[in-house]
Amino acid sequence: MKEKEIRMSLLEIKNLHASVGGHEILKGIDLTINAGEVHSIMGPNGSGKSTLAQVLARREAYEVTAGEVLFNGKDLLAMKPEDAACEGVFMAFQYPVEVPGIGNTYFLRSALNAIRKYRGQEEMDAMDFLPMFREKLKLLEMDDKLMNRSVNEGFSGGEKKRNEILQMAVLQPKLAILDETDSGLDIDALRIVANGVNALRGPERGMLVVTHYQRLLNYIVPDFVHVLVDGRIVRSGGKGLALELEEKGYGWIEAEAQATPA
Amino acid sequence: MSTSVDTIRDLAQQDYKWGFVTDIEHEQVPKGLNEEIIRIISAKKQEPAFMLEWRLKAFRHWMSLEQAQAEPTWANIKYSPINYQDIVYYSAPKQKKQLNSLDEIDPEILRTYEKLGIPLAEQKMLAGVAVDAVFDSVSVATTFKEKLGELGVIFCSFSEAVQKHPELVQKYLGSVVPYTDNFFAALNAAVFTDGSFVYVPKGVRCPMELSTYFRINAAETGQFERTLIVADEGAYVSYLEGCTAPIRDENQLHAAVVELVALDNAQIKYSTVQNWYPGDKEGRGGIYNFVTKRGNCKGVNSKISWTQVETGSAITWKYPSCILQGDNSIGEFYSVALTNNYQQADTGTKMIHLGKNTSSTIVSKGISAGHGQNTYRGMVKIQKNATGARNYTQCDSLLIGDKCGAHTFPYIEVKNSSARMEHEASTSKIGEDQLFYLRQRGLKTEDAVSMIVNGFCKQVFRELPMEFAVEAQKLLSVSLEGSVG
Repeated sequence: MKEKEIRMSLLEIKNLHASVGGHEILKGIDLTINAGEVHSIMGPNGSGKSTLAQVLARREAYEVTAGEVLFNGKDLLAMKPEDAACEGVFMAFQYPVEVPGIGNTYFLRSALNAIRKYRGQEEMDAMDFLPMFREKLKLLEMDDKLMNRSVNEGFSGGEKKRNEILQMAVLQPKLAILDETDSGLDIDALRIVANGVNALRGPERGMLVVTHYQRLLNYIVPDFVHVLVDGRIVRSGGKGLALELEEKGYGWIEAEAQATPA
Repeated sequence: MSTSVDTIRDLAQQDYKWGFVTDIEHEQVPKGLNEEIIRIISAKKQEPAFMLEWRLKAFRHWMSLEQAQAEPTWANIKYSPINYQDIVYYSAPKQKKQLNSLDEIDPEILRTYEKLGIPLAEQKMLAGVAVDAVFDSVSVATTFKEKLGELGVIFCSFSEAVQKHPELVQKYLGSVVPYTDNFFAALNAAVFTDGSFVYVPKGVRCPMELSTYFRINAAETGQFERTLIVADEGAYVSYLEGCTAPIRDENQLHAAVVELVALDNAQIKYSTVQNWYPGDKEGRGGIYNFVTKRGNCKGVNSKISWTQVETGSAITWKYPSCILQGDNSIGEFYSVALTNNYQQADTGTKMIHLGKNTSSTIVSKGISAGHGQNTYRGMVKIQKNATGARNYTQCDSLLIGDKCGAHTFPYIEVKNSSARMEHEASTSKIGEDQLFYLRQRGLKTEDAVSMIVNGFCKQVFRELPMEFAVEAQKLLSVSLEGSVG
C-alpha cells in the first residue's frame, strides 16, 4: 500500500462539475484511476456517463464549472483535445464520425505521427507503419480492404466500433476511455471488440469503460465498478457490483441515492 | 461552441504570400479606352490588318453594350460599378531590345517568378514543364520552344503567333468565343494584349505539360489575356495555368478569354490553379476575375477536360464550358472553388450536347469560409439531335463557420428524350463532430480542417497533374489557415 501512495495516479478527478448548455450534468465526481486498472462506469440513461467521457476527452461543448482533473500530474482541463490525445488520452466514440475522401490508413498514420511529433519522437514512415498496422488489423479481425476506404465511410455499426479499437491499438494510449462501445454490437462483434480491448490491458495503461449494460463486463472484466446516478458516483465496488445491478436493475440504487443525498 | 467558431474564423484568416510588387519600369498607354488606344495596342504589337479590324469590331460591339448598360448582372455577386475609363489597358515591362534567350530577361522579373516558384529558369526545366509567363500584359518568356518545335508543336505567346502563324490565328480566333459572346468577351477581344497560343499537329501527343503563368504587377492595369489552344486530329495536350497578383487596395480587373478546339479524336486537358490576390480581411482590394473559357469538341471522339482550383480573386465569374459538337465527344468539368473572408465566386460550367452519344461529367466542390459567398451555376443542354446524350452532375458545398453562404443554380434543358441525366447535390458543414473526432486522435485543428477539406476535394484533385495537385492542396491549406477550430 505504501508503494501505491508514493506512485502518482494516472487520472485523478476531484469534485468535477460540468454543464452542457447551462444544464449541470456532473455534480461533483471524485475518481482515481491508477495505471494497470480497469474501471467501469455504469448508470441509468441520462446519469452523466457519456458527459464524463467527453469532458475527459476535452470536448469544448462541455463546460467545466468546478473541480480539477490531473492526468499524470498535469492539469487535463487546461488541455485542448489534441493535446490531451498527444498526452495519451484516447476515447473510443459511441458514434464514430465519417471523414469522406480520407483513407483510414492515411488518417491513422497521420494521427500516430502527430502524437509522435508531440512527444519528440521521429515520425513513422509507411514501411515501418504497415507491418505494425497489419498486425493490429488481425487482432480486430478486420478486412484490410476496409482500410482503403475513407474513414468510417460505408462501415456498418459493428465495423465502426471495431475501427475505434483498431485506432486505439495503433495509438497505444495511456488512458483509454470506451464510451458505450458495446451499444449496437451483436455478440460476435462484442467478443472481437472485447478481445481487442483485453489485448491492450497492461500495467502501464488505465481504462475507463462506460456502459449501460453489464453484458460487456463479462468480456472486459473490470477491477472497479462505479455507479453514476444524477451526476454523482453513488456507489463503488468490485466486479460483483455489476452483477448485482444486472440482477436488480438501477432502481434500488437510485432510491438509495435519493434517501442519502451525497 | 463559440470557441470552435472562433477558431474557424482564425483559420480562415491567412496572409497572401504572393503579394509583393516587382520594381521594374513599365511602358504603359494612358488610362482609358477608345479607338485610338486600340490602334496603339495593335500597332505596338505590329499586328496584321485583320487583327486590328477584329479588335475594332469588338470594341464597337462592346461600346454598344456599355451604352445599353448590358454589363451582366445576373450573377450572384456584388461589386461597385467598374469605371472602364480608369483602367490602363496596356502595360509592358520596358525592354531595350528583342530578347533571344532567358538570360536577357530583366532579372527582377525572373526573381519574381522564382519567388512564385515557377520553374522558369533553364535548370528547372527538368521538371518537364514548358512555361509561358505573362507579366502584366505581355508574355516575357516561353521556354522549351525548340524541343516542342521538333514535334511541330507550337507553344508561344499570342503576339508571336499573330506574327508567325497568322493563318492559324485567323482561322480559330473567336471561333469558340466570338467577340459578341458577352460583355467581358467583347472587351477582351478589343484590348487583349497577349496570352498563349498552342497548336498540336495531327497525331502528336505533346510530351510535356504546357504551362502559362500569369502575373499582374503594375497598378491600375487590367489584364486581358487570350489563350487559344488547337489540338488537331488525334492530338493530345495537357495545359496548366497559374495566376497571382500583388496586394493592392484597389480592385483590378482581369478579363480573359480562353478558347479550345479539339478536332477528331483529339484531347485537351486544361488545368487552372487560380490564386489572384483575393483582397484583405475586410474585403478591400483584390482581383475581379471575369473570365470566359470555352472549348469546342469539334471532332468525333474528341474530349475536353477542365479542371480548376479557384482560391484567389475578390470576385470570380467564370464558367469553363464545352460544346460537344462531334459525335461521341466528351466534356468534363472538375472544380474546387474556395471563398474566404469577403470573396465571392459565381462559377460553374455549361455543357452543350449537339452530337450523338456525347457525354459530360460535372463535379463541383464549393468551399465557403468567413463571409465568403460561393455559387455554383451550371447549365446542361441536350439539343434535339443529340441522341444518346448523358450527363452526370455532382455539386457539393462545404461550409466553414456560420457567416458564409453556398448557393446552387443548376439549369437543365433537354430536347431529346433519349438523354440520361443524373444530378446529385449536397451541402455540409465542417461539423464540430468531425473536427473533434480528428483532434481527439491527436491532429491539430488546422491539420484537421485541412484534412477534411482535402478529403472533400479529392475527386477534383486527382484530375490534376501530380505536381499541380500537391500545389493545390498546399494552396487550399494556406487559404484556410486560421479558419476553423
